[in-house]
Amino acid sequence: MTRSTYEQVERPSLKGGARPAPTTASQRPRRPAFTARRGLVIAAYMAPAVLFVAVFIYYPMLRGSQMAFRHWNLTDLTDTSWVGFENFQAIFTDPAWSTVLSNTALWVFASIVPQFVIGFAIALWLRRRFRFRGLYQALVFFPWAISGFLIGILFRWMFNSEFGVVNDLLEKAGLIDEPIAWLADPKTAMIAVIVANIWYGVTFFSIMILAALQSIPNDLYEAAELDGAGKVRTLFQVTIPYIRMTLALTVLLRVIWIFNFPDIIFGMTGGGPNNETHIVTTWMITITQQGDYGKASALGLIVVAVLLVFSVFYLMATREKKGASS
Amino acid sequence: MINKESLPGRVTRVTFLALWLVVTVFPLYWITITSLKSPGDIFTFPIAYWPEHFSLENYAGLFSNAQFGVYLTNSLIVATVAGAVATAISMLSAYVLARFEFRSKSALLMAALITQMIPTFIALGPLYLMMTELKLVDNRLGLILVYVGVCIPFCTVMLRGFFANIPDALEEAAMIDGLSRFGALFRVLLPVMKPGIIAAFIFNFVNCWNELFLSVTLMNSDDNKTIPTALNGFISSFNIDWGSMSAAAVLTILPTMVLFAFASRHIVQGLTSGAVKG
Repeated sequence: MTRSTYEQVERPSLKGGARPAPTTASQRPRRPAFTARRGLVIAAYMAPAVLFVAVFIYYPMLRGSQMAFRHWNLTDLTDTSWVGFENFQAIFTDPAWSTVLSNTALWVFASIVPQFVIGFAIALWLRRRFRFRGLYQALVFFPWAISGFLIGILFRWMFNSEFGVVNDLLEKAGLIDEPIAWLADPKTAMIAVIVANIWYGVTFFSIMILAALQSIPNDLYEAAELDGAGKVRTLFQVTIPYIRMTLALTVLLRVIWIFNFPDIIFGMTGGGPNNETHIVTTWMITITQQGDYGKASALGLIVVAVLLVFSVFYLMATREKKGASS
Repeated sequence: MINKESLPGRVTRVTFLALWLVVTVFPLYWITITSLKSPGDIFTFPIAYWPEHFSLENYAGLFSNAQFGVYLTNSLIVATVAGAVATAISMLSAYVLARFEFRSKSALLMAALITQMIPTFIALGPLYLMMTELKLVDNRLGLILVYVGVCIPFCTVMLRGFFANIPDALEEAAMIDGLSRFGALFRVLLPVMKPGIIAAFIFNFVNCWNELFLSVTLMNSDDNKTIPTALNGFISSFNIDWGSMSAAAVLTILPTMVLFAFASRHIVQGLTSGAVKG
């Protein structure tokens, strides 16, 4: 009887995520006869990729980092002298800075928690096979393929104060008496952009967690069942501990991503009203578009510094995972 | 969860999944319905969840008033060429990174990973100046070159994951039979890799199709704008024409939807392997 219920669980269809990574250790080092020729093959195959990324990604980034210490404004290109930390000072003394900071923290935190919870629930409930599951997954995962900017536009229309469907639905449900001008008030505008971001980001969590869940061996559940563990206990003592690392990595990766994801806000409010819904990266892009490349680059460097801190955590966690699984 | 499902458990699960499906699909439904109302009907009360009459006026207006056909062509050219070139280049680098051991390998992988963590738009200003010097501003070739650079790192990591799943023995056998390494790659490996390569191309295409900030910075004349740049132009104006806007949004989403439906399984596999392995 146990056997047949276990077979309800489909074979993993989302391979990849949880499968042990093909680490360098698992690959046999090659010892071909002509080492010089082998080096040539490597160089020749790698060259185009390295060239493109070096010229179009790394070079502008490095150039941008020195621009951060110069006066560099498109409105006055005659003076591009070194100004030290003046651009940084301009950022920290800008009245928008403190709003931008607290918005960024709110944006990351308030987006990631619901994304994680809903994504986890969907992944858990998607493990059981049901009719049209393939179609369901395709539909629910689809937001991933839409641009964040366009999602911003979609939700801008839905949150429209006069003809928006959100107000209409809330009124029909009796939750509000009169329409709310969502995007006109900074507080409600932040709520609106975060709702849009949650809608968009749940998909990623469910994909990653579903892939991880499918790597859990069935014997663990069999053993748990023999021990008489209930659903909740199984969840907390088998499922979550087993995929703990993937969960941590996914959250870290998402923190980095949401932190530097300006698209939705850009499409939805453009940072308005009155610069009040800017996060660090939308603000940076706005400053770039105003032509103050020096100030924008300085802000870019600050973003990079914060991202590096997260990235170091991420890399440390990945290393730990590789060590643990080998 | 593997245990037999209790009735309340089943009810909770079905309700939740159904609710989330509605939440996911509704915005897409709403923008489509809006685009199919005649411009006058969009701004009437009560709001119509199912319009009395459908109209293609918004779509027609898009092509007669705005040069939407031009933007569509531009996006199609840029995304196809950049996606294809990036996939071809990444194929070579992914192959080397999957099959060889060499000293700078981990440094190269790290360099690819960093580009994923640090967004490209950090370099918007300097990129604009650089492209000005190269006389490639407001030029489709310029945008294609930048997009190829943007696509390569992730595409390489993704294809490397696919290559690593194919046993070495396959091309070793081919090389013993007298094929060169390059010949083995093209005649033996690539046919096996086809689903992975198509998924990588679609992934690149969709990314370029959706990209906003680089194209807004680099393309400014009406003849060279891509769709996202044009949409950005629509919302910059004080009053948004929501009729044409929603029609434009539908036309932008539709191609990615079709492509995603074809390759979603492989793309998801590539995404998860790329993201977790880093």
